[in-house]
Amino acid sequence: MKSVIFRTVAPFLTSLMTLFSIFVLLRGHNEPGGGFIGGLIAVSALAIYGIAHGVETVRRAIYFHPMAIAGAGLLAATVAGLISLFAHVPFMTGLWIYPSLFGVEIPLSTVMLFDTGVYLVVVGAISSVALSLEERGGE
Amino acid sequence: MAVPTSSSVDLSAALVLGPTTGADWLVILPVAWCFAVGAVLVMLRRAVGLHPIIAVAGLVGLVLIDALLLGHVAAHGPETMVMGRWLPPFGIAFTVDLTGALFALVAAIVALAGGIFSLADINDSGRRYGFYPFLMLLMAGVSGAFLTGDIFNLYVWFEVLLISSFGLLVLGSEPEQIDGTVKYGFLNLVATTLFLVATGYLYAVFGTLNMADIARKAEGLRGSAPLMTLTALYVLAFGMKAAAFPVNFWLPASYHTPRVVVSALFAGLLTKVGIYALIRVMVMLFPVEREELSFVMALAGALTMIVGVLGALAQTDFRRILGYLVVSGIGSMLAGIAVGGPGGIGGAIFYALHSMLVMTGLYFAAGIAARLGGGSSIATVSGLYRKNVGFAALTLMLCFAVSGLPPFSGFWPKVMLVKAALDIGAWWLAAALLLAGFCTVIATGRLFLLAYWRDEPGAAAETVRLPPVVLVPLAGLSLLTLGIGLYPEPLLATIQSAAAGLAEPSAYLNSVFPAGGLR
Repeated sequence: MKSVIFRTVAPFLTSLMTLFSIFVLLRGHNEPGGGFIGGLIAVSALAIYGIAHGVETVRRAIYFHPMAIAGAGLLAATVAGLISLFAHVPFMTGLWIYPSLFGVEIPLSTVMLFDTGVYLVVVGAISSVALSLEERGGE
Repeated sequence: MAVPTSSSVDLSAALVLGPTTGADWLVILPVAWCFAVGAVLVMLRRAVGLHPIIAVAGLVGLVLIDALLLGHVAAHGPETMVMGRWLPPFGIAFTVDLTGALFALVAAIVALAGGIFSLADINDSGRRYGFYPFLMLLMAGVSGAFLTGDIFNLYVWFEVLLISSFGLLVLGSEPEQIDGTVKYGFLNLVATTLFLVATGYLYAVFGTLNMADIARKAEGLRGSAPLMTLTALYVLAFGMKAAAFPVNFWLPASYHTPRVVVSALFAGLLTKVGIYALIRVMVMLFPVEREELSFVMALAGALTMIVGVLGALAQTDFRRILGYLVVSGIGSMLAGIAVGGPGGIGGAIFYALHSMLVMTGLYFAAGIAARLGGGSSIATVSGLYRKNVGFAALTLMLCFAVSGLPPFSGFWPKVMLVKAALDIGAWWLAAALLLAGFCTVIATGRLFLLAYWRDEPGAAAETVRLPPVVLVPLAGLSLLTLGIGLYPEPLLATIQSAAAGLAEPSAYLNSVFPAGGLR
């Protein structure tokens, strides 16, 4: 798209939306939000960047191929379920650890790992679709 | 955020508090393993050279896991694991009994044979389009469907395997493949929608989705709830999935278009998932309603057999003939479910397992025949016997097996089914079974006569060597068929206790709700 305003704003908008998508992902454990909706927000951010600066720029910016990101997400979700094997509890049981970093207690859980996996699957799969549609659209 | 560790809430009312042993993990491992291997393959999308190695190793692992699972279930009875530690019926349960474990093991063997055959059949572009990741995710769906103990979860696994099968069907993106995929996809979406509608209705009636819980509550609700409607909806949904007459037309329309190994896997796995679901729902959950629907199902089974085999007689394309033979086999399984009792159900399970092995093998043979003869029409392909005697012998074994002739695996389930049909006085069903078998002999005989025995006009006969990666899976499946035919005792005994466990599911219920469970 040729508009100078849009091209100038797009990188800022994209970084803000990506940040917001991570916020939504992490918020999702106890409040509305989560991996799926967070992933969709991140994909919209990438789509805006792609409309403004072209698909090639986005592909360079995310470095990994979208499908590889989706695969990593699927693996993360599977691993999140399998961790409970070592705790002698059934598959997908939520497990928590509370490491403290600079005096702040940070609750980490397998549930969060699973949700991050969902986030990555959504980002990878939908951006793969969006990017290839955008590529074809320009022809 | 933090779970209070020293609360006054009694967690034993909601959570499984006992430790989970390693053996329990076998229940979920086939699915988790397939997902993990599939995810690794998706991540390594550029290194397509590594795909076959990882996938075949993964499938060998899957066969081993399923064999251990079958051994465990045979020794200790049904095994349950509830996801996330919640007590059933609130948590999603995976419950494996002998039937599920048997189906899962044979499916894994078929997939391994397919994985090996694909080394020669799937080229680099197929690999780049993701054949192997799709294969692993398909197996995740198939294993999940066989192992789950929750009817909505069964629906989810149907979706998983359906989506992977779309991916496998369009591999290559030729116009006729897309045509086949649209027919397959549309009909299957209708069937899954029916399945979903039936499940929603069931949840409204029962207030539970756990199969053991449904089986337990069906007795009390029989007088007041519309169980007949539910069962009829399920029969229609699963009948479509299994390609039973009169909703069988999607199968011959789509199974001859994809890559050979894809049609082989579909013929071996997908329709049998429908049959498995039908057995699970009809025999374990709604046995009284099955009795009521018995005649309708027997009629549908007989028509499926006859229509299928007549279709096979009318075709000249090798793979289309096989598509119709798959349909005909589904008819025999339906007949078994309709007849019921240990003989009928056992016969249906045995026939399904036999059909998984044999139909996959025959599709491999069709692929090799197309490679040797330069086409897939038996009107033009000829002289295969002269070109490779070993291959012709293996095909002949599979032709015998699919027709139900001794000493191959097709013989025993046919005997069981005919006897079960005669025992309840359904002579016409037994006659249909035998007639279908006879026509299958003619159909496969015609195939063998034209494509194998007929000399190639003009050309001097010389032996063509075949690479071992195509012969090994074919030979493996043929020898397995022969082995089961010659020494059916262990399998037969397992199948009989599997059928008994379905008809009298107290062990299954006990595994989900130990010692009566809650309420």
